[in-house]
Amino acid sequence: MTAIADDPRQQALSAMRRKRALALAAPMLVLAYLAYVFVAFDVAGLMQRAKMDNAVILLSDAVSYKVHVTRDNRSDALAVSVEGSRRATYPEDRIPDWIRQDGDRTLIELAGGHSVTYDGPLVSYDHPDFGPIRITIADPILLELPQPGPVPDFINASDARVVVTTAAGRLTVTRTRADTFRYFWGWELFFFDLQSRFHGMSAGALASAVAGGERLYAEMPNWQAVVRDFWTNSIWRHGDVFFAIGETALMAFLGTFGAAAIALPLAFLAAQNFTPSRWLRFVVRRVFDFVRGVDALIFTIILSRAFGPGPMTGALAILITDSGSFGKLFSEALENTDQKQIEGVQSTGANAVQRYRFGVIPQVMPVLLSQLLYFLESNTRSATIIGAIVGGGIGLMLTQAIQTTADWEKVTYYMVLIVLLVIAMDALSSWLRRRLIKGE
Amino acid sequence: MPTVLPASARTVDIREEYLSLSRRKRMYGGILLVVFLAMFVSGFRIAEFRNAASLSEGFSRILDFPRDLITEAWEKSANLPAHAARAFPALVETVNIALVSTILGCILGTLLALAGTRGLARWPRLIPLARRSADVCRAVPEIVIALVLIFILGGGPVPAMIAIAIHTAGAQGKLFSEVNENVDLKPLEGLASVGANWWQRTWLGVFPQVMPNYLSYSLLRLEINIRASAILGFVGAGGIGYELRNAMTFGQGKFDQAAAIFLLLFATIVLVDQVSSWMRNSLTRGRGAQ
Repeated sequence: MTAIADDPRQQALSAMRRKRALALAAPMLVLAYLAYVFVAFDVAGLMQRAKMDNAVILLSDAVSYKVHVTRDNRSDALAVSVEGSRRATYPEDRIPDWIRQDGDRTLIELAGGHSVTYDGPLVSYDHPDFGPIRITIADPILLELPQPGPVPDFINASDARVVVTTAAGRLTVTRTRADTFRYFWGWELFFFDLQSRFHGMSAGALASAVAGGERLYAEMPNWQAVVRDFWTNSIWRHGDVFFAIGETALMAFLGTFGAAAIALPLAFLAAQNFTPSRWLRFVVRRVFDFVRGVDALIFTIILSRAFGPGPMTGALAILITDSGSFGKLFSEALENTDQKQIEGVQSTGANAVQRYRFGVIPQVMPVLLSQLLYFLESNTRSATIIGAIVGGGIGLMLTQAIQTTADWEKVTYYMVLIVLLVIAMDALSSWLRRRLIKGE
Repeated sequence: MPTVLPASARTVDIREEYLSLSRRKRMYGGILLVVFLAMFVSGFRIAEFRNAASLSEGFSRILDFPRDLITEAWEKSANLPAHAARAFPALVETVNIALVSTILGCILGTLLALAGTRGLARWPRLIPLARRSADVCRAVPEIVIALVLIFILGGGPVPAMIAIAIHTAGAQGKLFSEVNENVDLKPLEGLASVGANWWQRTWLGVFPQVMPNYLSYSLLRLEINIRASAILGFVGAGGIGYELRNAMTFGQGKFDQAAAIFLLLFATIVLVDQVSSWMRNSLTRGRGAQ
């Protein structure tokens, strides 16, 4: 009697014990694995080697820019340029007003009351708290401090080079040149470069110029000139960036729909209820599996060897990889179709094409479309990466900008554009899903 | 004998209306199809125009590289096991990147999903915040995060791992919260009636219901992440992809090395896919038996 009563109870208790042990063992296993990876990836060493100053450069450069005021000590020529770029050098008559020239003497005002003066061989940095720092260009370079004592941390001096770095700016003096950096917030020359006549206009002035001001360029109305100057901005190259974004979207579009166009007829061959031949089905299914198994990376490499850089290569890489996935998904959808509807169409005397068109397609269309649209969105992301490998689209521009490690504001710009593109594709695909599938 | 009743004006109207409606519908469908085809063809031509090699040139060359690769690998087939053995640690690294980022991403995704589901969230006011953060994590392509982190942390597996984990968190956050929406709330009410707090309700009432789905989605994500971690290696984030790029840049004469890595990668992906689909199948079967 007790044995019968105990048995289920014991069973329940031991089952609970097993479950509890499992509930404890699984997290422990995961933790042990994470600890192993922590060691295998050398995370501790990485934390030490991490270049946090790189992170600071990245963050500050992404939201600010610097203007270089460079004097060639031999010819006494002064050049004012954004980020030291030759394409962004201010013409002599339009030098910003925080730089004042008076004969050979140049006064550069920095933020917070700091200023730098170039005066013949004498370069001085006026620090409001510390006092004037005088540097004389000679051999070796002479440094005079306002206060006796050791050289402070913000000055780095040797016989050939003196660097003063403060929050307001940075002065570098060598025998050949004196260079001052002043930092500003924002992205420089984002709308118009220095060659454009619209540079430096306020938003209001620009609006009135477009609305009907005097033509700034004789050959075209102002609104066209505004568009042209923005589009051909030599620093940011908005036109090229736009085309690159377009290429990336194009890769995703052509790849996804091309894959669907190829996979749909093949899916019929892999579906049990449409292809009675077991061998044919087996072969087609293994082809799908093979195409899915050979990774997008491998296809991308093979294709980029044959087709060279460009959007077509990327589109084909997406197309081939996805045709395997689509083939599998579509053939599963086809196997789930209801035979009755097809028979119904057949009973009205429909031929094979009509049976497929009115009996099969309406049943599988919602599944097909929704898969297609999901893939379209995720392929936009893949196209960025594939573009970086094959050399096309915004992915290429992004990797190039990161590898030069100079223009983090451009990297930020591209990143923002990529995220906006992905979000736009996401919105488009979910809107289409709602419209086409739910019929709202 | 069926008698043909004279169609009343009303029926004629209805038929006319139906026919015109279906004509209009067919016309819209046709226009949509034509517009779509035009977009596809013109996009195709643009892509071909902006590509280095045209489609016909490319297709004539498409088999050149695989042929070179296979012939060279065939000639030096004795080297393949050695090359595979040398690349094996890199393969382990790739698998580790995928596995760790899947685990971390799924944990994070679970939290995001819990915080973003109506009826389950601890702080209902933060639901939009949780959802938007999942969207942002999902939208940022892995390569963007990986490249920025490589600049800060240097090359190696960790940047790729973090990049994939962030994307995984976003993607799983969305999928998991869709699972959460279908949770039966009765067990939760039962637990609440005996005084369980939020954490106990979630642990004992929600997780047992959603776990099979979570695990199944996580396994699917692992399949995706293996591929992602191989591809990120190619842009400099360590693992088998990095080895592959090095082998490729050596070019002809070293193709046996590339072939060994191709084989290894292919075998791994197929193996992971098989194991994952077997596990997912047993998960669904187990649930059906209950």
